[in-house]
Amino acid sequence: MLAARPYLAAFRARFQLMLQYRTAALAGFATQCWWGGIRIMVFAAFYGANEAAAPMSLRDAVTYVWLGQALLALLPWLADPEVSQAVRTGGVGYDRLRPLDAYGYWYARTLGWMLARALPRAALMLLGAGIVLPLVGLDAWAWQPPAGVTAALLFIVSLALMIALATAVLMLANVVVAASLNERGVNAVLAPLVIVFSGQLVPLNFFPQSVQPLLHLQPFAGLVDIPFRIYFANLAGSVALQSLALQAGWTLALIALGRIAMERVMRRLEMQGG
Amino acid sequence: MNALALYGRYVSASLRAQAQYPAATLMLTVGHCAATSIEILGVYALFHRFGPVGGWSFGEAALFYALVNIAFSVADLLTRGFEVFGPEFVRTGAFDRVLLRPRAAALQLAGYEVRLTRFGRMIQAGAVLVLASRLVPIDWDAARVALAAWTIAGGVALFAGILVLQATLAFWTLESLEVANVLTYGGVQAAQYPLNIYAAWFRRLLTFGVPLASVAYYPVLAILNRPDPLGAPAWLLPFTPFAGFAFLALSFVAWRAGVARYASTGS
Repeated sequence: MLAARPYLAAFRARFQLMLQYRTAALAGFATQCWWGGIRIMVFAAFYGANEAAAPMSLRDAVTYVWLGQALLALLPWLADPEVSQAVRTGGVGYDRLRPLDAYGYWYARTLGWMLARALPRAALMLLGAGIVLPLVGLDAWAWQPPAGVTAALLFIVSLALMIALATAVLMLANVVVAASLNERGVNAVLAPLVIVFSGQLVPLNFFPQSVQPLLHLQPFAGLVDIPFRIYFANLAGSVALQSLALQAGWTLALIALGRIAMERVMRRLEMQGG
Repeated sequence: MNALALYGRYVSASLRAQAQYPAATLMLTVGHCAATSIEILGVYALFHRFGPVGGWSFGEAALFYALVNIAFSVADLLTRGFEVFGPEFVRTGAFDRVLLRPRAAALQLAGYEVRLTRFGRMIQAGAVLVLASRLVPIDWDAARVALAAWTIAGGVALFAGILVLQATLAFWTLESLEVANVLTYGGVQAAQYPLNIYAAWFRRLLTFGVPLASVAYYPVLAILNRPDPLGAPAWLLPFTPFAGFAFLALSFVAWRAGVARYASTGS
C-alpha cells in the first residue's frame, strides 16, 4: 500500500485539478446531447427502413449511443497535453529525477486527467438521457438500465478494463509525443483510428460481415464495442467472458509495449530548455 | 490598397508562413483529411447494412455529404479569426489594435491565419463528390454545375455566419463558446443526411432556425431533379441558398452591435 502512495497522490492531484473545469464539462455535455440526438434520429430512420438487417434492437442501439456520448472523454484520442508540455519545456527532467517508476507515474496522472474529464460529463448524461428523457415520456429514446444483474456486474469489470486499456493506449501516444516533441501528429493519426475501430462511429456489428472477425479481435474493440454490448447483454455468457479476456489481454500487451517503448525513449531523451 | 488586394496580402503572408514547414503542413493536411473522412465511412456502413432509407441511396446521400463538407471547409479557411476571436482577440485586448487600423475589422479577422490544413476536408469531400457522381449517376451539365457552386456559396455564407455569431457572443462572454460547435461541426453532421429522415421539429429547426437544409437538402433535390417528398414547390428549390446569405447578413448586424459595445480588457 505504501508503495502505491505516490501514484495515488499523482492521480488525485490531477483528478481534482481537472474537475475544476465546469464550463468545459457543460459545453461538452451540450455538444454531446446534440450529437447523440442526431445519431439516434439517423439510426431510427435506418431501422424504420429495414429493421430486419439490424444486429441489435433499436432500444439497444439508442442505449449504445447514449453510453458512447456519456463516456466519450474516456476514449484515448488525444495524448495527455501535460506530457507534451513537460517534454517541450524540459519539465520531463524533474519526472526523471523522481524515485518512482516513470511509466507508473505518468500512467496514474493520465488516468486522473481522463477520469476527471469523463466523470461530470457521464453524470450529466445519465441525468439527461437516463432520468429526464423517461420522465418527459420519451422512454423509447432513453438510456436504458443494464440488461440484468449479471450484465451489470460484467459491465463494471469491462468498464474498468476499458479505462485501463484506454490509459495504456494514451501512454503509447505519450511516449510517441516524448520522442517526437509534438502531439499534433499523434493526435491526427490516433483520433480517427480510435473513433472508427472502437465502434464509436457506428457499432462494429454494423460494418460489412466480411470484416467483422478482424474488427472484433483488434485492441480498440475493448474501448467501446465490448463493454457496451455487455451492458445490454448483446454479449453474454461465455462469449462475454471471452471478450473480457480479450480486453484484459490487450491491456496487458499494450502496457508491456508501452513500458518497453518508454524505456527506450527515455534512455536517449534530450532535455529541452535551460 | 483596396480591400481585396489587402486580403490577398493577408492570405499570401499566411501561406508563406506555412510553407516554411512543408513537411508538417503536408502531414497535418493528410491527417485532417483522414480525420474528417471517417464520417463517410459511417454513412457507408449504415447504407451497406440497411439499404436505402427514406427513398435515398448511398450515392445520393454522398452528394449531400460532399457539398456540405466542401462548403464548411471553405468557411473554415476564411473564418479562423472569428473562431478564435474570444480567447485571442477579446481576452488579450488584441482587438484594440485591429480597431485602430483604418480597415474593416471583419476583413482583418477573415485574413487571420488561412490554414492550408483545412484543404484536407475539401480534398476528401471532393473525392466523395466524384464518387457520388459515378454512383447516382449525375450528368454535370452547365446548369447543374452552376447550381452546385451556388449551393456551396450559400453554405459558405451560412457557416461563416454561424462563426461570426460565435465571435459576436465573445463580446459578452469573453470566451469562445464551444457550444457553437454544435452548429458548425454538428451542423455538418446533421446536413449530411437527407432532411426527410429527421423528426418534424428537427426539420423545422434546420429549415427556419439555422437554415442548413436550405444550403444542402433543397438545392440538392434540384440537382438530382427530384421532387421534395416533403412538398416544397420545385421552383423554389434553386433559390433556397439565399437563406445562407440572409443568415450571414443578420450575423453581421449582430456583430456590429457587439463591436459598438466592445470595451477593451486592457493592455
